Amino acid sequence: MSSAKLVAESGKILDAASKDAPLTVRGLTVSYGNKPAVFSIDASIPVGSMTAIIGPNGAGKSTFLKGALGVVPRLSGEVRIFGKLFEDARDRVAYVPQRASVDWDFPARVIDVVLMGLYGSVGLFRLWRARHREQAMECLERVGMADFAERQIGQLSGGQQQRVFLARALAQNAEFYLLDEPFAGVDAATERAIVSVLKELKTEGRTVVCVHHDLSTVAEYFDRVLLINVRRIAEGPVETTFTAENLQETYGGRLAATHIDELHLA
Amino acid sequence: MIDNLITALGAEFVQLSLTPILIGILAAIACALPGNFLLLRRQALIGDAISHVVLPGIVAAFLVTGSITAVPMMLGAGGAAIVAVVMIEIVKRLGRVEPGAAMGLVFTTLFAVGVLFLEITDTSSVHLDVQHALLGNLESLIWFDAEGWGSLFDPEALATLPPQLPRLAIVLVGIGLFIFLFWKELKISTFDAAFAGAIGIRTRALGFALVVATAVAAVAAFDAVGSIIVIAMFVCPPASARLMTNQLGRQVGWSVVFATISAVLGYVFAGYGPGWFGSPYAVSAAGMIATVSGVILLLTCLFGPQRKRTGQRAEA
Repeated sequence: MSSAKLVAESGKILDAASKDAPLTVRGLTVSYGNKPAVFSIDASIPVGSMTAIIGPNGAGKSTFLKGALGVVPRLSGEVRIFGKLFEDARDRVAYVPQRASVDWDFPARVIDVVLMGLYGSVGLFRLWRARHREQAMECLERVGMADFAERQIGQLSGGQQQRVFLARALAQNAEFYLLDEPFAGVDAATERAIVSVLKELKTEGRTVVCVHHDLSTVAEYFDRVLLINVRRIAEGPVETTFTAENLQETYGGRLAATHIDELHLA
Repeated sequence: MIDNLITALGAEFVQLSLTPILIGILAAIACALPGNFLLLRRQALIGDAISHVVLPGIVAAFLVTGSITAVPMMLGAGGAAIVAVVMIEIVKRLGRVEPGAAMGLVFTTLFAVGVLFLEITDTSSVHLDVQHALLGNLESLIWFDAEGWGSLFDPEALATLPPQLPRLAIVLVGIGLFIFLFWKELKISTFDAAFAGAIGIRTRALGFALVVATAVAAVAAFDAVGSIIVIAMFVCPPASARLMTNQLGRQVGWSVVFATISAVLGYVFAGYGPGWFGSPYAVSAAGMIATVSGVILLLTCLFGPQRKRTGQRAEA
């Protein structure tokens, strides 16, 4: 079979199977320099699910998200968001980058960052208006940060910064939320606040995908997992896929057996 | 006292000092505006780089055309700026080095090439030398036909304004419009490029447009005031402004204020300052403007309300 035919066939499969799926990925490969960060990954995220992307450091979890959204260039692979190219479904997606990827010394207040999430509803050559401020305040309310609206972002704790990022994503009023390590380095109160907002989103029928590090909370927070280590190891419901075998394969023996025993595995 | 002031701001002032001061202000603001974003993107060095590579550009333009009229000079400078940006990009990608290293490599090399060009060619017949390139000739941009403030309403006199003045005014309007119209996009992509890309802002094109605006400001200002002031104005007023406020809009406003103060005080100190100490000579206005901007930065470092910040550095 020629490779051109392969591409065409996989394209057909994507179009047929993914009309409603928030995210369908076939053969996603992204490389930094000569080394692939993620290699030929397939994934399919169903509507209304909460999926944790799990894998060791350097496994390409963040790169998978960025590649799927075209934030970093793809070497190959096809991606459909609700059956469309990302460019045509952008306003249905909210992406929350890693908190540490931005300079919090930037001259902005909390409200300014949340207003960035309303970019799509402001219009070309126009500025944010009063009704945008009201919407942004409602989003800050939902993450418990309304009192900090006028605060300079550099004065926030890590957990507060993460909540501001989540509020910015809420302001986008998307159907599909992709979060890169939302629980990294946050305090317990923030973690509870974020989980409760994410579960609200799920209740509203929205879809959530998180790059997640803490294996001990996977079963509690999520209903699906995508295990990757450069390649895809496994994908499916927590009950059937979040198993000791799959974790061993994902972490390549780097996970102590005693650690695995403590997890609430299937 | 008031008589003194009126004399000081009389016909002679309009003829000799008004246009250099205005040109200094326009050049300072045109550089400070994009400088705000360069600073926050940690690309402040690119202004430095571009203002250095302007030198080989204008020397090359002189060698080709044999004249130092404005249009070939500006084209040469603009061409060199584009060459430099492309070279920086090539070094960055092929060498896999950080942007600062690539810029440092490219602009020192090109500046050296420019100096070499100057040394081995005969430019003695024209006013083109390293001194001129660095410090410009702000003091010489006088308004010969002005007879007083009334000349501002005299079309004939206005026609003899130094051409740098309207040129810089147009450049400043262009840069101001660019920043005003793409305010949201510039703000979002400067703060969080990955998020900006995901919501559909064309971050690469915008970054390139910012560099083009920087190059246009550098080239237009260079012609009037030399590269020292250009480098200083890209960095000092925005850096001082950052220490005054925690809001981007106010920072840009403060940078305009500081750029204006630097230009006015620098010119006045250069022209009259030595006289206050009994010296009959004046010092370079461009050098003094840069010095004042540096002093303002020092003062804001010491006394600016936002000089102590707790924000974390980006890790990536």
